[in-house]
Amino acid sequence: MTKTHDNRAWWLVLPVFLLVAFSAILPMMTVVNYSVQDIFDSSTRFFVGADWYRQILNDPRLHDSLLRQFIFSGCVLLIEIPLGIAVALAMPTRGRWASACLIVMAIPLLIPWNVVGTIWQIFGRADIGLLGYSLRELGISYNYASNTRDAWLTVLVMDVWHWTSLVALLCYSGLRAIPDAYYQAARIDRASAWAVFRYIQLPKLKSVLLIAVMLRFMDSFMIYTEPFVLTGGGPGNATTFLSQTLTKMAVGQFDLGPAAAFSLIYFLIILLVSWLFYTAMTHSDQK
Amino acid sequence: MAEIRLQNLAHSYSSQPQGATDYAIREMDHVWEQGGAYALLGPSGCGKSTLLNIISGLLSPSEGDVLFDTRKVNTLSPEQRNIAQVFQFPVVYDTMTVFDNLAFPLRNQGVAESRVASKVHEIAEVLDLHPLLKRKAHNLTADEKQKVSMGRGLVRDDVSAILFDEPLTVIDPHLKWKLRRKLKQIHEQFNITMIYVTHDQLEASTFADKIAVMYGGQIVQFGTPRELFERPQHTFVGYFVGSPGMNLIEVQAREGGVTFGDQHLPLPAALAEQLPGLAAKRLHIGIRPEFVQVSDEPGVGGMLAEAVRVEDLGTYKIITLRLQGHLIKARLPEDQAVPKYEAWVGFPAQWLMLYADDRLVEAQP
Repeated sequence: MTKTHDNRAWWLVLPVFLLVAFSAILPMMTVVNYSVQDIFDSSTRFFVGADWYRQILNDPRLHDSLLRQFIFSGCVLLIEIPLGIAVALAMPTRGRWASACLIVMAIPLLIPWNVVGTIWQIFGRADIGLLGYSLRELGISYNYASNTRDAWLTVLVMDVWHWTSLVALLCYSGLRAIPDAYYQAARIDRASAWAVFRYIQLPKLKSVLLIAVMLRFMDSFMIYTEPFVLTGGGPGNATTFLSQTLTKMAVGQFDLGPAAAFSLIYFLIILLVSWLFYTAMTHSDQK
Repeated sequence: MAEIRLQNLAHSYSSQPQGATDYAIREMDHVWEQGGAYALLGPSGCGKSTLLNIISGLLSPSEGDVLFDTRKVNTLSPEQRNIAQVFQFPVVYDTMTVFDNLAFPLRNQGVAESRVASKVHEIAEVLDLHPLLKRKAHNLTADEKQKVSMGRGLVRDDVSAILFDEPLTVIDPHLKWKLRRKLKQIHEQFNITMIYVTHDQLEASTFADKIAVMYGGQIVQFGTPRELFERPQHTFVGYFVGSPGMNLIEVQAREGGVTFGDQHLPLPAALAEQLPGLAAKRLHIGIRPEFVQVSDEPGVGGMLAEAVRVEDLGTYKIITLRLQGHLIKARLPEDQAVPKYEAWVGFPAQWLMLYADDRLVEAQP
């Protein structure tokens, strides 16, 4: 059989190419442009090479917020993934309660992010917030605006409250997809509940967990709105994460060159870590 | 090791069954003897899997009892009943190696590791799984996975019975035969009661010594493959077993015989005697295509029929004939000349069955 070569088919790729060009490649190239030049206005610009990158990589502000960011995302994953699995396992499988649970679980996901921040900001206040007031009445000192530990805890609990549902719903759908025969076989093999979880449920959840881990990593690594509303990055810089540092630099100080270099480094970190997660999880049982 | 006895057993999936149609299993009594190789044959939805799950304990019957030897096990779980079951789709523990999969049921029982290893190697030997023992189970092909599923059932030597729920559905045809042979060998070697659910009569008759045919939630016949073929106890067995199935013609009783259309067919005296007692029932005669005589000459008792079509299946031919408006099939040897337009057909008395309300009428001695 002879293959027909007809390069006109390439035209079919054009719409997608244009779409991606305008939505991703061009904006990205703009950032690249800014990151290697010092631009004052459209006619005054100087090529600076890797200077901005060098400056950013040696900037202690970046180091600090990067460290905070990794600790935060790590905590988020360590709490939300196991908790999400546990919630999914505890949810009823059928009937009216199953629907009710699904709705309740979906509610936090539907709330706009700045509203989530506001909810927790009020919730934690000792004068008008239920949480803050209750803690004070119990004699526990708690102030997220002045105490670093309290601020961190509140931001973490807020994120857990906001996003564990996503992990739970993903796991729930994964669990429902396991055929009954697996559970029946496990009963016949006299497997303990732990063995059922370890050898049936967890392996079958792998693909949804991969999605859950990636989504939660990327989202938590880019978190901006909720801590910005809740703590404004404080006390001091205690809850200032990467995106907030970047925003300050780009919008607050209008340092577009370093901010562009920062953005690209930020982007590459997310890409790299996501790739690491993906590779680790998909290759863990290749043999 | 046990004899499995079903007493007045019935099962309905609805909590308040209204009539017979609400029952997946209609009241039945049945005994599976210790050490037998049985098949449970029937079409989809006839209750085979329900019955199997009741025996294994995955389901608890809504009425009646399940006895293992003399012990009533109705409410016991599968693990307490000590039953092994292999499912339609292979179930393997993906993250474990084949060895660990096979060892899993033993380790769950706390069997010593040295004994686990020797049992696993013994079963791997039987199932040709030795080269795969170190592989992760999720990289296996469908038939290898199914062998692992079977192996997990076989590895326990204390089981009361092994139940197979259409285990070869996902297996390639050429491997089906091999695996069936394997099962048969294992049965001979270990002398464990095996019940094999299938809708494939060939699978049933090559595996089992005795076949239970299920239809509409009941076992309509329990017998050897030969008995099912030669003396179907129910019109459904006639129709379902054999290829093509039995010719069934609705008839009226008249003058020591039966009629259909303009045709009168005398019956042997032993059957004819009973006709008066069956007046109120729906009557059918049945004869297998293999036993229909077809010839160019009228002969004795020949009935004139019109040839409709012929299918040549290589080693034999199936001819379809129109007899008094009924289409019947006959199986002809390859070398017999095929009548072109019309033929004379005969129903030999010894192979002619009479059914009243779908049940075989037995000749009184």
